[in-house]
Amino acid sequence: MTNVFDAFSGTANSLYGELPDPAADAGFDPSHPKRVGFFTDTSVCIGCKACEVACKEWNLVPDDGTDASDLYRLTGMSYDNTGDLGASTWRHVAFIEDVRPHGSATTEHGGGTPPAEPTTGHIPSGLPALGGGALPKAPRDAATPPPGGGTVDLLTLLPDAGAHGQQTPDDERDVRWLMASDVCKHCTHAGCLDNCPTGALFRTEFGTVVVQDDICNGCGYCVPSCPYGVIDVRGSDGGAHKCTLCYDRLGSGLEPACAKACPTKSIQFGDLDELQAAADARLAELHDRGVNEARLYGRDENDGVGGDGAFFLLLDEPEVYGLPPDPIVTTRDLPEMWRNAALTAVGLGVAAVAAFWKGGRR
Amino acid sequence: MAEAHPVGFQWVMEAKRRGATIIHVDPRFTRTSAVADLHVPFRAGADIAFLGGLISYVLENELDFREYVQAYTNAADLVGEEFTDTEDAAGIFSGYNPETGRYDPVSWSLEGEGYSAPAAGQRDHWESQLREHHAAMSSDTAGGAGDAAHATGAPERDESLRHPRCVYQVLRRHYARYTPEAVSQVCGMSVDQFLTVARSITANSGRERTTAWVYSVGWTHHSVGAQYIRGAAILQTLLGNMGRPGGGILALRGHASIQGSTDIPTLYDLLPGYIPMPNAHLHEDLQSFLDADAAKTGFWGNMDTYLVSLLKAWWGDAATAENDYAFHYLPKLTGDHGTYGIVRDQIDRKTYGYFVVGENPAIGHANGKMQRLGLANLEWLVVRDMQMIETATFWKDGPEIETGELRTEDIGTEVFFLPCANHTEKAGTFTNTQRLLQWRREAVHPPGDARSELHFYFHLGKRIREKLAASTDERDRPLLDLTWDYPTFGMHSEPDPESVLAEINGYDADGKPLSSYTQLKADGSTTAGCWIYTGVYADGVNQADRRRPGSEQDWVAADWGWAWPANRRTLYNRASADPEGRPWSERKAYVWWDEENERWTGHDVPDFEATKPPSFKPEEGATRQDALAGTDAFIMQADGKAWLYAPAGLADGPMPTHYEPVESPVANLLHEQQDNPALERIDRAWNRINPSQSEVFPYVFLTYRLTEHHTAGGMSRTLPYLSELQPEFFCEISPALAAERGLEHMGWATLVSARTAIEARVMVTERMKPLRIGDREVHQIGLPYHWGSNGISTGDPANDLLGVVMDPNVHIQESKVATCDIQPGRRPRGPELLEYVADYRRRAGVEPGGIE
Ligand code: SF4
Ligand code: SF4
Repeated sequence: MTNVFDAFSGTANSLYGELPDPAADAGFDPSHPKRVGFFTDTSVCIGCKACEVACKEWNLVPDDGTDASDLYRLTGMSYDNTGDLGASTWRHVAFIEDVRPHGSATTEHGGGTPPAEPTTGHIPSGLPALGGGALPKAPRDAATPPPGGGTVDLLTLLPDAGAHGQQTPDDERDVRWLMASDVCKHCTHAGCLDNCPTGALFRTEFGTVVVQDDICNGCGYCVPSCPYGVIDVRGSDGGAHKCTLCYDRLGSGLEPACAKACPTKSIQFGDLDELQAAADARLAELHDRGVNEARLYGRDENDGVGGDGAFFLLLDEPEVYGLPPDPIVTTRDLPEMWRNAALTAVGLGVAAVAAFWKGGRR
Repeated sequence: MAEAHPVGFQWVMEAKRRGATIIHVDPRFTRTSAVADLHVPFRAGADIAFLGGLISYVLENELDFREYVQAYTNAADLVGEEFTDTEDAAGIFSGYNPETGRYDPVSWSLEGEGYSAPAAGQRDHWESQLREHHAAMSSDTAGGAGDAAHATGAPERDESLRHPRCVYQVLRRHYARYTPEAVSQVCGMSVDQFLTVARSITANSGRERTTAWVYSVGWTHHSVGAQYIRGAAILQTLLGNMGRPGGGILALRGHASIQGSTDIPTLYDLLPGYIPMPNAHLHEDLQSFLDADAAKTGFWGNMDTYLVSLLKAWWGDAATAENDYAFHYLPKLTGDHGTYGIVRDQIDRKTYGYFVVGENPAIGHANGKMQRLGLANLEWLVVRDMQMIETATFWKDGPEIETGELRTEDIGTEVFFLPCANHTEKAGTFTNTQRLLQWRREAVHPPGDARSELHFYFHLGKRIREKLAASTDERDRPLLDLTWDYPTFGMHSEPDPESVLAEINGYDADGKPLSSYTQLKADGSTTAGCWIYTGVYADGVNQADRRRPGSEQDWVAADWGWAWPANRRTLYNRASADPEGRPWSERKAYVWWDEENERWTGHDVPDFEATKPPSFKPEEGATRQDALAGTDAFIMQADGKAWLYAPAGLADGPMPTHYEPVESPVANLLHEQQDNPALERIDRAWNRINPSQSEVFPYVFLTYRLTEHHTAGGMSRTLPYLSELQPEFFCEISPALAAERGLEHMGWATLVSARTAIEARVMVTERMKPLRIGDREVHQIGLPYHWGSNGISTGDPANDLLGVVMDPNVHIQESKVATCDIQPGRRPRGPELLEYVADYRRRAGVEPGGIE
């Protein structure tokens, strides 16, 4: 018991901070395969959703409607109709549509003019409530053909507008449409795993995090333990489900289905260290091209989850994509809590919980 | 492209990674726009104004690749004095007959030349034009239309390009009014945006650089669609971007081998390999057909060898020199048998049987009511599909049943639904947009009774032949004499698809597979089911099945699949070298003349006679390819030149001209003539057209696909994983239009045209922008067209809103732009819907419509 508490001392521990080899930490011998992961480069994502479908096909994940009452209804969230990651959506492609001041759009997912002075600010999409009153109405009688149907003298029609010629004032703003395929982060310190009382969630030899369907009892402890809101319990079978990083395919030397299906290499699969190097190079390339808002997310091994096995290149703040800006593993403060608890708790009870917890980290 | 061809789009993303600039010109801001360097919004149907503006920009600033233009194009040819341009005739070219609505193209001819023969392909209309011309002109040419078509002498030329009637100057004058300001006015893009595009593509063309254009049905589905492509061809030729690496005009064909189904055509007016279909009235025998349709010079001069080999492939020993190689067995054209002509004939009960394969016309073709009315007037209908699509069930649940216009008990059509194998369940080739044939194998057996198309047609043919075996009727001979003996395998007697590929490839007199179309003969000693594919089975090896990875070969990757013709990856690649045969630049070196070995060589298979030197000059009176000089890079053309000005071959003018879509909210700001004067109409109650510039139908709509669905939905709306991704039919509108019409995001809207009214959920998005055209703000409404009443995800078909007007060259409908009204709320049901639409027609001054 004392030893357990010793393990919790200090700020960096096996529940928090840098951890170079989570598989070894979970007890795999040193000959275990290298840690693998995903690098999802959203700057080249075209929102085709092939990853979502390939994932469901391979893993036999049911369509979302199995759990939702509003099966086959538009969400109204741009082209995203599966909403979020969940028990039946292990890859999820987010579509973020907004408008920004003219010239601020990047050439990556900007569709606008090449960047002048990139900004990170964005104006929320002008859906009717916003756009309606503010925009000029069309003159309804303006299309009267010229008398006699003759050719119009173009000179008389020349614009009095400035640089943006014929455009409505609206065009002083650039449309931006970001697409990003989200997935379980396969955290170095995975809150879901650390809090799973049955040991259904486990760390694989590849350093990934997987639920074992036959062990999961559906208690749902993992659900609030995930700082990203990834894992969820499926109503139809009562079990917790999430991306396995195609554990079965990895065992056969295949890459995960989503990466295989992705046409643009937005989803890259490989050894984590190589992906990190590729991501660093890609980031530098984009910064060289003036895409200053490009950033890596989940790459930092000193972040709140010890870095992600599945990390991302984003073109704006994480919040824009619905990602937590500063995710922290829910067990970070566990050592502190334990220390406090130990002073007052009944030793046996604590030991019982700790045993569950240890089991979860097999 | 990212929307509808995401897999092909990976190469655009790859190019972008390597530094290419991606410009997306599209009325909508799509997934392609999202990753492009520049998105240029513009008004649907204004493409020729845009392309014309670019052509004018090049010509006025003399930014053309002059040496290329002088050497490889007809820029120096003089246009005959009879020709008058749209500039001088209120937007119409000379030769127009307002009564027939057609052009007599004779006045478009080049000086010193007789009538020019179009190079290849679609010639039925051309034939009828010439026929009309001769009737009108009481021709004194003894040989009739055929000879006239080839009364070619060398046209007069002015190499300085200064003569006022040389093609270069004619072109410059024709496009002079397409100024940046005019483009901005007509298209709704800013002058700045236009100039950015113009500067980008001209800066990125020339010796060191090339620019490619990529288009899809957003260009072809227009009443001037063929001229859109011509516009791009002129621009790319002026900039020297044809026949060179990184250049070209890339047509994104439909999924699943649409390229293959034009090469070995499902089109009514073509035989395999773009040999025109003979005309019943003009071509009584082989010789008169060849006289009329084969060019005398260039590689089409060998059409006799292509055609005789085809006839031998089809009719084998029954095709002899004595019987014209069974030429009389070929079906012949008697008129317009295009899709819409056929449907009109169905409604008129002139056509009574219909095979629908891989299509879902009830909702997938323009003017759904017309389509379903055609189906309802058939005697029999065969639908082969993987799912019970709307075309197979129109008789019980089509929209006309709901409105009461049709009653199930009155429909006599007998429907045969036959399940078919999908692409993973059968072997064969796909031919992609690069003309690349790629073999695929059967991954799984088709389920249940589903069979491949090959199986179906082979066994259907066998059964028909068995039934006719005893027939002595002459008209059954073509069927009975067909070579129809493919080996079969397996419990379902599946024909061996490789044996079909081998037949397409062709054999020599000894029964050995041929390796090149240049081996074909007109004496009946060779066979070839499709001459351009000859070589795909060279050495008895399935060349389409080659799969050497790109990483294991050079960048041209000649060992992956097989590209027609002769495994060439870039057509007309002689133009990648200068007239002397040297690469235009090291950077763009592709194919060049090897002085030492006296032959053409390079990274690709040279698209030129291997040992014809750049200095070669043809002898007087030479024919076929011998008539082409060592600098005539465009070898399929009778004159070996790329045509900036097309003296022949097009039904609606020698140069693209901006005409408004038939349904347009604005007047034509560039020409007095509002719409294409030669377009084809079907003026019937079930095909009413919205008046142009109508306040009743004030909005533009355009139809398109979403990544998540496949065409009319049979392969996607039936699948949960795809249906959940785009679960409902919706329309995309701008916040401004939403405000103007009181439409709410995710609420319902009713869209109305003179045809019908449909309902859709509303998606209000900043991606749709109103455009200022002249002094008017034009709103565009986006309508993905995937929906219908069957499957998991259902909705009204967008195509029901469309009417049918057609391009006169290829008889393709204008489905990428039309007008409508939009109102909040759901549409009326039942007979009320008819009244609702009738009221719109009355208000718009349209004649009564619906089912006659
Ligand atoms: S905590 Fe969340 S993101 Fe991290 S491995 Fe678990 S489910 Fe995935
Ligand atoms: S990540 Fe790849 S597969 Fe997924 S939507 Fe983006 S481009 Fe398509």
